[in-house]
Amino acid sequence: MEPARKSGLVRKPTLGARLLALIPFLALCFTVPLWNRIHPVVLGLPFNLFWLILWIPLTSLCMWAAYSRDRKSESVEAKTAKGDSP
Amino acid sequence: MSPSAIALAVMIAVVGVGVVMGFYAGLRRKMDLEQWTVAGRGFGTLLVWLLMAGEGYTTFTLLGASGWAYSRGAPAFYIMGYMSLACVASYFFLPQLWELGRAHKLQTESDFFEKRYASERLGAFVALVGVVFLVPYVDLQLTGLGDIVRVASFGAVGKTWAMVLAAAAVAAFVYASGIRAVAWMSILKDALLLGVVAAIGIGVPYVYFHGIGPMFSNLARLHPKMLVLPGKTTDLGQSWFISTVFLNALGAYMWPHLFAASFTAKSGDVLRRNAVFMPLYTITYPLVLFAGFAALLIVPGLHDGDLSLLTMTQRTFPAWFLGIVGGAGALTAMVPAAMLILSAATLFAKNFFRPIFAPTMSEPAVARMAKLMVGVMTGVAVLFAILGTKSIVGLLLLGYDGITQFFPGVILGLYWKRVTRAAVWSGMIAGVVAVTILVLSGKDPIGGLNAGFVALCLNFAVVIAVSRLTPAERNGFETAPAAE
Repeated sequence: MEPARKSGLVRKPTLGARLLALIPFLALCFTVPLWNRIHPVVLGLPFNLFWLILWIPLTSLCMWAAYSRDRKSESVEAKTAKGDSP
Repeated sequence: MSPSAIALAVMIAVVGVGVVMGFYAGLRRKMDLEQWTVAGRGFGTLLVWLLMAGEGYTTFTLLGASGWAYSRGAPAFYIMGYMSLACVASYFFLPQLWELGRAHKLQTESDFFEKRYASERLGAFVALVGVVFLVPYVDLQLTGLGDIVRVASFGAVGKTWAMVLAAAAVAAFVYASGIRAVAWMSILKDALLLGVVAAIGIGVPYVYFHGIGPMFSNLARLHPKMLVLPGKTTDLGQSWFISTVFLNALGAYMWPHLFAASFTAKSGDVLRRNAVFMPLYTITYPLVLFAGFAALLIVPGLHDGDLSLLTMTQRTFPAWFLGIVGGAGALTAMVPAAMLILSAATLFAKNFFRPIFAPTMSEPAVARMAKLMVGVMTGVAVLFAILGTKSIVGLLLLGYDGITQFFPGVILGLYWKRVTRAAVWSGMIAGVVAVTILVLSGKDPIGGLNAGFVALCLNFAVVIAVSRLTPAERNGFETAPAAE
């Protein structure tokens, strides 16, 4: 049997977290041709700059979602482990 | 009082408070190597956030980002893309590295390579490459500081004097307080910088154009090409943007000083939370870019685009504010420079000198030598900055691309059992050599792609191919007994 890990250790990120982290990469990096333009101007900003600024809070949001998924799966695991041992 | 005297007095006060904070941070603590380099692994989310933001936001981003906006236009947006994504990427390796760091007492990036691949020589090679790229980075900070202080004091303080005095202060508080000085000074530096950048980025467009929107409509009318890729350049187009953002997102935390900063956290969870909040710091970049764009309309034809933000500030704001900008700007150079020097000194003493020349050296002796190296590294950087040698610029261009060549060894070392020592050696050498040849022969970008990205792909291909061809090895972290 594998020795039990000490509490507070970080595990490998879940698949859900990995997919959520992929979203900012798609938005900020791989889709440049879609948003590299001035029009439509939003809030006085050229569209590309608006898009990049918009994705600052959205990136944090994605990572927050990824983090809570990871935390959830860890707490479920921890509970199961507790239930198994007498 | 003359404007120059007012600005100078404010600037000296700001820097003075910062330096005192730096010394105070390490007071009444026994500074062994563990305290000096990783602060005893005790920092919570806020201090780690400040430390990492403090190091990531350098004079290069303050002056360089506005300079890029001024002289190149839209390619400057790459900085906004990669800063957020570097935090996203860090979520997948910094917490894991932290765990290994605590279990195996890792303090530097070289320590990771040395232990994972059971090779002191590989660790020494990483240390050597790290130091070669770190010193020019310090040099760049000092050069930026010299410009900031010269402009902010209305020329009262010369560039050379500013650089020498600041470097001496940096060496002194790093020697005394180690990484604690950097973290505590970051509090002042980040708060001031945030205020200054907001005032400049929003104030300048309002003063001259009655708003950010009108400024951009002027730009769209007069310089429409500047606002979309490739801007004023011919070779920094969309494929360059993608490859550069991707490369820098993976490479940012491969800088030895940022890598090592993660060991200061008190848990891996702190680093995960940091990855969630850190992207928000990117909000300062568009403000810096606004200043560069405003300068393009107001003061076109500057010889050095990197001075555009300072020129606009001097034209727009009163002397006392210029003093604050000067002080904040000086700290923006000194805080990252301190961490860069600390990292370079530790790498040299612990991972290069000891294994190669003095295997029997005790840990206190390594700590003494690292502190001694602070003076040496600072001295070399100041000398380069004063001489202003061209080759340094070359090394710096190489730095970002070169440092990312550590990435395959780190990420595969964490997640792929099959990766071997010989493979990491071959991949890293292939990557570093490819980057050096491409960048120094002026072939960056190559075929529309960032040269560092091309080298990274080669590096990955070599590591994977050689790993398959060489017999499997045990993970160094599993063979060595973990310290409890």
